[in-house]
Amino acid sequence: MTRQQRNRRRAVALQRPPAAIIAIAAVAIAFFALPFLGLLWRVPWTDAWSLLTTQSSLTALRLSVTTSLWATALSIAFGVPLAWVLARYGFPGRRIVRALCLLSLVLPPVVGGVALFAAYGRRGLLGESLFEWFGLRLPFSTAGVVLAQTFIAMPFLVLTVEAALRGLDNRSEDAARTLGASRWYAFRRVTLPAIRPALIAGAVLAWARALGEFGATITFAGNFPGRTQTMPLSVYLALESNPGQALVLSVVMIGISFGVLLSLRDQWLGGSAEMRSSR
Amino acid sequence: MSIDANVQIQLAEFSLEVELKLAEGEVLAVLGPNGSGKSTLLRALSGLQAIDRGVIKIHDVVVDDTEHSIFLMPERRQIGVMFQSSELFDNLSVLENVAFGLRARGAKRNVARANAAEWLQRFSLDQFAQRRPTSLSGGQAQRVALARALATNPNLLLLDEPTSALDIRAKAEIRRDLLRLRQQRPVTTLLVTHDPLDAFALADRVIVLEEGRIVQSGALDDVASHPRSRHIADMVGLSLVRGEVRDGALTTPSGARLVVPADSPSGLSVASIRPASVSLHRAEPEGSARNAWSMTVTDIDRHPERVRARLTGPIPLLAELTPAGAEALALTVGDTIWASVKASEVTVTPDLGA
Repeated sequence: MTRQQRNRRRAVALQRPPAAIIAIAAVAIAFFALPFLGLLWRVPWTDAWSLLTTQSSLTALRLSVTTSLWATALSIAFGVPLAWVLARYGFPGRRIVRALCLLSLVLPPVVGGVALFAAYGRRGLLGESLFEWFGLRLPFSTAGVVLAQTFIAMPFLVLTVEAALRGLDNRSEDAARTLGASRWYAFRRVTLPAIRPALIAGAVLAWARALGEFGATITFAGNFPGRTQTMPLSVYLALESNPGQALVLSVVMIGISFGVLLSLRDQWLGGSAEMRSSR
Repeated sequence: MSIDANVQIQLAEFSLEVELKLAEGEVLAVLGPNGSGKSTLLRALSGLQAIDRGVIKIHDVVVDDTEHSIFLMPERRQIGVMFQSSELFDNLSVLENVAFGLRARGAKRNVARANAAEWLQRFSLDQFAQRRPTSLSGGQAQRVALARALATNPNLLLLDEPTSALDIRAKAEIRRDLLRLRQQRPVTTLLVTHDPLDAFALADRVIVLEEGRIVQSGALDDVASHPRSRHIADMVGLSLVRGEVRDGALTTPSGARLVVPADSPSGLSVASIRPASVSLHRAEPEGSARNAWSMTVTDIDRHPERVRARLTGPIPLLAELTPAGAEALALTVGDTIWASVKASEVTVTPDLGA
């Protein structure tokens, strides 16, 4: 063993937590890992492909992908300006507005669904007018699914982008302004590129959240195959009628979520060296 | 008047009240310690800081007038700003950085780029055109920032501590570029700095700010020989000697010789000497490593706590004494006296402006 290797080992040993801590952490890891192992163990692998490619599975999968991508697009379109306002614009009551916009992060999604009903339902605050004026009926429609997903998912993007905007100092933008850039031009060409990692991370998180949305969707949009029955809804229903299918769909969703988290690790969630060193 | 400004700003624990005028093409240095308000003044002129009362005119355009509620956004003022930490945009190449101002003003991409390329060439930076700003040294980045600030042909150039984050060599390069700019196409310039060497190299006139007020203004030489406060004395009192360094000594164009620290680099240089490190003697001082000259006292500035004497001779010098020391020497204007400086008290910087 070279001296360098010995030194590195010593450095690792110095930082190692006490054995008791490692043991407790190991229990926690097992607590998280076991459900997934159990799932993998129960999946009827021989029928997996045929279960996954049944008409109902594919319909749910297609609907989930479409609606969650729409929800992500809407989250970006509205969430970035919202984050900009929250991060940069000091107006009275900002804290309350901010809490209101992030409320659905901590709200039980079912409650979110009920609230959406109260606002956009047939008899809702805005829903009644929407129906009378435009004949637009959001509940129990695919658009309603997108609405419910956006309601639940957008805060993830807002939170991430807002943090990045706050962390950014104004000096680059100031420099851009002195060079003749309008606020909009400076935002587009200086600020946006600087927060791009956070924007991507926020969008991916929001997308993953939209993909997994259940409570608000089933409350507001109901459970109609092909129209509002997304993957999580279809898993829940299949659990009684066709447990094998539920298991296979669950594994697919876990795979997607796990992939998302792994891809984000270096960019954002871990606060890794790469993130810290980039200005 | 190219710049005519009357600025009042009230911040939480600080107020700024400054009146200043700059003639076309003039370079004004604003000297002052940290927190004196010099950067706030620069931000007010650039439009990045709102003023509470006053009027700012740049090239006869009123950009700020609190009485008449006039305020021009920074992007609508014809200015160029160079910041202490260059503030280049990391996501753009060096060329795109320099082209940014013209692009923001609506120039076509190829027009802006061609213009930017010319500016890079003018500062001998063309080899960096396609590089990312993060791969540049501090000095290179700052020179790119200068090219970027000039590329939009500003009516007013604002330099905010342009050399303070740089090493000696890079400082000298920036000064050389600014000096060349002055000779080739003078731009009205406000230079904020706490480095008197910047001011000596570039400025026609200085104002000294302390706690948001102008405490002294005038030609640099006058301010240096009659500083109104201890702080100004410390800041601007340097004597500068230009010449060529070889074998541990600097020779001036007139042939005078100044022994400098042995590790000073050879070549054209500026030596700076603090007045407090000049000693005066009635008789020729002994000791070989010392610089000693017979000088004539041309001016004496007496303060209760210090006395400053301007000396002419082989090397023009400012000397600072205690009142007791001046009394013991019976110093009067017109006296002939010996002045000496230890080689170790001399600071040498490369002179790229020559």
